[in-house]
Amino acid sequence: MSDQRLGANFINRQSFIELDARERAAALFDAGTSRELVGPFDRMESPWLEQQGVTPQGDDGCVVMKGKIAGQAAVVIALEGAFQGGSLGEVSGAKIAAALDLASGDNVKGISTSAVLLLETGGVRLQEANLGEAAIAEIMASILVLRRHAPVICLTAGTVGCFGGMSLAAGLCSYVVMTREARLGMNGPEVIEQESGVDEFDSKDHALIWAIDGGEQRYATGLADALVDDDTPQIATVIRGLVLKGAPPVYRSSQVALHRGRIATLDTSRQWDPRELRVLWTTKGSTEEKQ
Amino acid sequence: MTEHKSVRGTVWFRALTGQASSMPGDPKSVLTADAPIGKEQARFLCVVPDPNARFPCARHGEIGLEEGYTLASRVREVMQPDKNRTKTRRPIVAIVDAKSQAYGRREETAAIFLACAAAIDAYGSARLAGHPVIALIVGQAISGVPLTHGYQANRILAFDDDGVVIHAMHKAAAARITRRSLGELEQLAKKIAPMSYDIRDYAKLGLLYKLLHVENPEEPSEQDIRYVQDELVEAIADARRGSVDLRNRLESKGALEMRKASLLVRSRLEAQWLEN
Repeated sequence: MSDQRLGANFINRQSFIELDARERAAALFDAGTSRELVGPFDRMESPWLEQQGVTPQGDDGCVVMKGKIAGQAAVVIALEGAFQGGSLGEVSGAKIAAALDLASGDNVKGISTSAVLLLETGGVRLQEANLGEAAIAEIMASILVLRRHAPVICLTAGTVGCFGGMSLAAGLCSYVVMTREARLGMNGPEVIEQESGVDEFDSKDHALIWAIDGGEQRYATGLADALVDDDTPQIATVIRGLVLKGAPPVYRSSQVALHRGRIATLDTSRQWDPRELRVLWTTKGSTEEKQ
Repeated sequence: MTEHKSVRGTVWFRALTGQASSMPGDPKSVLTADAPIGKEQARFLCVVPDPNARFPCARHGEIGLEEGYTLASRVREVMQPDKNRTKTRRPIVAIVDAKSQAYGRREETAAIFLACAAAIDAYGSARLAGHPVIALIVGQAISGVPLTHGYQANRILAFDDDGVVIHAMHKAAAARITRRSLGELEQLAKKIAPMSYDIRDYAKLGLLYKLLHVENPEEPSEQDIRYVQDELVEAIADARRGSVDLRNRLESKGALEMRKASLLVRSRLEAQWLEN
């Protein structure tokens, strides 16, 4: 009986991962409240790609939508993992920073406005290298301002995951939400293998990658605030809950003594089974968001 | 890529603070000191190589877990006592010469992304609290390095010298990932300013406050040191005159030319944001 119900749920489940960036963003708003800003018809393309033989895209792989979540003003910014790996270029980076700054401006005016970042990205777009990196730095600066006023929520659902400089931006967010399919880490497995050797990290070992970077592990070690299924209504409910929750009492990236202390006690003479950290770093104060 | 000895960070840290040591309890890879600059005291920070570092992938001057959290705590320490002071906030100077973040399995497992975020949070929060934060790039600042230790500064200064490289990724890795040969990458980098590894091209992007012409960056003379000190004093004063955000990087002459798309995106988004 319960097996049948489980099967029915699974079949009826509305996958979030299968949605593209535009559909993902729209799915999080209260019905009928959202509109896209600087959409594909504005044709704000990257000025750097064509001269390198790469076809640009009208939205530069970044969707910005404004509307209401749980009745409050919100902006959702979604990276399209299918365009250049969700990488941050000059235009997509400027869109994100500008949207966050406009949200901060509204908060100052008394219009409470939160932000949701849907991050599916490998980090800086190397074809725009330094301008992509500079944009990420500006996004970080903008997150630090906005999160004082309203929640800045990072959702990484997969399957690209959130890597490179944008993983650092995720670290600054008020809340981090992940699915089991998602990954969050600074250096991708291929990069580590290339820089430090296959003994350090075998990039073909998928079980190891998810054991380290996967949503379940990040949640179990207190590095994510909620672990969600690949289910659109459930994800939207969790996001609504976090919007209503407001700013956390303390940001994860500001808890320096706690994390520094944890690093100090690790035995660095060997590699660890990632599950060891689940025991050492007990999750505090984030179980209530678990769905 | 040429072998990077990463001595410049130590050399300039000593030149500007009179010492080159870490604070009690800190890893040897993070130098922190309070030293006079102009008529006030500033906090100086730098990441340098420690061949005996606890983490094996962070022994060549990389920014790793310990470095990120140490920078964060030493920056926050300056913010604390200044908190209640109504007067001037103490300047913070990040001396930058590091080739990359630490690429290791231990680092990923123990969430290096958060260690770097902690440093970014600290530098950015210090800036927002009114501390003039100045980045002085004396050598390499590649990949996660400038993000973690430099880019949250109000003003960025860099030496006009071939030993200075600011980039999103070192050449070999960038070529591999974009599926190009090193030669092709170098050709493209000549044409496309944001891809260039040349500090003079970088300066055109409008992100730097100033390019400093130091005669001998490896072994600075008294004159070189005085010149850099004067420029730091000037950058601190300019930071105090300006806003606590990073808008100067979009308002610079270079940005008006090279970041036209960024500026257009911002103005369009603002216009459409207001429509209802």
